[in-house]
Amino acid sequence: MNRHLISAADLSRDDALLILDTADELARMADRPIKKLPTLRGRTVVNLFFEDSTRTRISFEAAAKRLSADVINFSAKGSSVAKGESLKDTALTLEAMGADAVVIRHSASGAAHRLAGWVRGTVVNAGDGAHEHPTQALLDAFTIRRKFGRPVGEGLDGLRVTIVGDVLHSRVARSNVLLLTTLGAEVTLVAPPTLLPVAVGSWPCSVGYDFDAAVPKSDVVMMLRVQQERMKAAYFPSVREYSRRYGLDGTRMAQLPEQAIVMHPGPMNRGVEIAAEVADSPRSTIVEQVANGVSVRMAVLYLLLGGAEAQS
Amino acid sequence: MSGGQSLSTSPGTWLIKGARPLGGDPADILIRDGVIDSIGDGPAPAGAQVLDAGGLIALPGLVDLHTHLREPGREDAETVETGTRAAALGGFTAVHAMANTDPVADTAGVVEQIWRLGRQAGHCDVHPIGAVTVGLAGTRLAELGAMAESPARVRVFSDDGRCVSDAVLMRRALEYVKAFDGVIAQHAQEPRLTEGAQLNEGEMSGRLGLTGWPAVAEEAVIARDCLLTAHVGSALHVCHVSTAGSVEIIRWAKSKGWRVTAEVTPHHLLLTDSLAAGYDPVYKVNPPLRTAADVAALREGLADGTIDCVATDHAPHPVEDKETEWDTAAFGMTGLETALRVVQEAMVDTGLLDWAGVADRMSRRPARIGRLPGPEGALAAGLPASLALYDAAARDTVDPRAHASRSRNSPFGGMELPGRVVATFLRGTPTVLDGKLA
Repeated sequence: MNRHLISAADLSRDDALLILDTADELARMADRPIKKLPTLRGRTVVNLFFEDSTRTRISFEAAAKRLSADVINFSAKGSSVAKGESLKDTALTLEAMGADAVVIRHSASGAAHRLAGWVRGTVVNAGDGAHEHPTQALLDAFTIRRKFGRPVGEGLDGLRVTIVGDVLHSRVARSNVLLLTTLGAEVTLVAPPTLLPVAVGSWPCSVGYDFDAAVPKSDVVMMLRVQQERMKAAYFPSVREYSRRYGLDGTRMAQLPEQAIVMHPGPMNRGVEIAAEVADSPRSTIVEQVANGVSVRMAVLYLLLGGAEAQS
Repeated sequence: MSGGQSLSTSPGTWLIKGARPLGGDPADILIRDGVIDSIGDGPAPAGAQVLDAGGLIALPGLVDLHTHLREPGREDAETVETGTRAAALGGFTAVHAMANTDPVADTAGVVEQIWRLGRQAGHCDVHPIGAVTVGLAGTRLAELGAMAESPARVRVFSDDGRCVSDAVLMRRALEYVKAFDGVIAQHAQEPRLTEGAQLNEGEMSGRLGLTGWPAVAEEAVIARDCLLTAHVGSALHVCHVSTAGSVEIIRWAKSKGWRVTAEVTPHHLLLTDSLAAGYDPVYKVNPPLRTAADVAALREGLADGTIDCVATDHAPHPVEDKETEWDTAAFGMTGLETALRVVQEAMVDTGLLDWAGVADRMSRRPARIGRLPGPEGALAAGLPASLALYDAAARDTVDPRAHASRSRNSPFGGMELPGRVVATFLRGTPTVLDGKLA
């Protein structure tokens, strides 16, 4: 496995399975009264967040703490970054403080790549612009594998996953297309044509514009958050029209195969891309995704920081 | 040579022995009083300095239509002095300095200042380009006539970096410059289609999550401008053509007999958008690097003459403007010191252009488009002795730290390229000897 986790494309099938299997093992700990492992004692993990994302930051923080790492949270607001410090200088500062791993969230695509060139420690991409969010894809894959009762060591072969919404601006979609296909799933993207990259035809997945046609052929439906500002930029005529054509409501949910699940990376726009009755239905895995996020991020930190090695 | 000395230096007499003019048979070039006295063979006249140029190719001094010298305003990136040193080392004897300085070169006063700085530096001629609109703001015409009549004799006008996107303003500019045989050099970029754009829109931009820069944003403006140029009977020069579609449109406009000329940069002849994969902003440029199919079309267009010339778009930036995230980094690449080498790699070593063709595309045609006084761009007895001696058999790895430019943002750093500029003469005076500033 690479030293960093920047793109889901960095992961071979074996790498991805190792992370999922490790997460499975670590998840069992979450049921114990004492959730902490001494694995990363003395190691420092910095959460470097240039974008507000409470849920992702807390998830990484919980993961690092359960492995006994020291955690430093560095939020760009009110910091030297707000005073105009460059990403490079921030990186050099963290380096000087002895960060073993830097978890970075940034609004610019490629920020994690740049950071990896400036620090010696491990870089984990927690979302860079419209590029990627590989740990989200890992936790989604982990959730799917569990829900479909696939045992440790197995991938997602043959499962049909439909990802719906603003693919153009979505780092979640990019990472999921790469990772889920690596694990053997058949991925279909469904979106208005304005919200698909022009060269999406070169991606390893199918593409369609008709959500209704895709629903009965989906084992998994993954809804993406749609931003209100996309409407202002004329990507679609109105929120209502978007919701009618690409939202998942009770009627559409009824057309899903019996075993199918509904996923959403959060935060949701209830009533826009997903109806409340769907979000709260038994098919919804949204809360489970959050819980699984901690286990998967523990596995990533454990494997990238050579947890086993540090323990000995 | 340090600044200010060249004007007083007597050119003297030089005998360049055994060079191959335009890649042809070896001959001796005798330079006397700044002029090519003869091309042939014969003994060195008494007192002549002899330069053994066996095996070297002699080209007329290169002319760059598109150079950012950054002075006044961004002397941390480049100055007229450092930029023209870089030009001389690249075999250039004339550069056209783009107008997007601070203050903008939109008045007779500013263009005259830049012209004088060039004369003082003395490494090559500096021909200022005037802004089309006041402050490059795209709202009203700058005093084009005053710039044309100033000692700088401005003939090329451009808002480069910004597109004159207003169709009426573009029409007026094209019409107005007819009075003094001017040309509008358009940076073709439809602004609405490129809001926040970062990289050629295609497979790479989609994969990397960078906002796409569609080819149509360039092509639509070029098509419109060709039609406007025909309508008002003026002259258009298209800056840094970067797409296959643009080449097609220009080929069509030329077939109509319209006065449209075009340039391509060395980097668009060699590099593609796949280099952005690591998000290193040294590959961030406007217009963006495109696909391999575009590169092939640009090379073909330059070879068949659809594209008239190579222009560097030398765009120096200080380190801190490139050592950032891709989105916030500055657009632009340096190019003066590598241009001829890249053209050899992309055009000559591929068999698309011979050395006479290189002389045509890098000297004769840009000189004509720039309306340069005097017969620049050729090698013949009686012409000013502005020329470059080039070793096409040399080969080494580009090291931007060794460049004379004040900036280091060369996308060719670490690449192995053929060729070496051995000497450059400006009207009989060497500006470069043995690959170093004379």
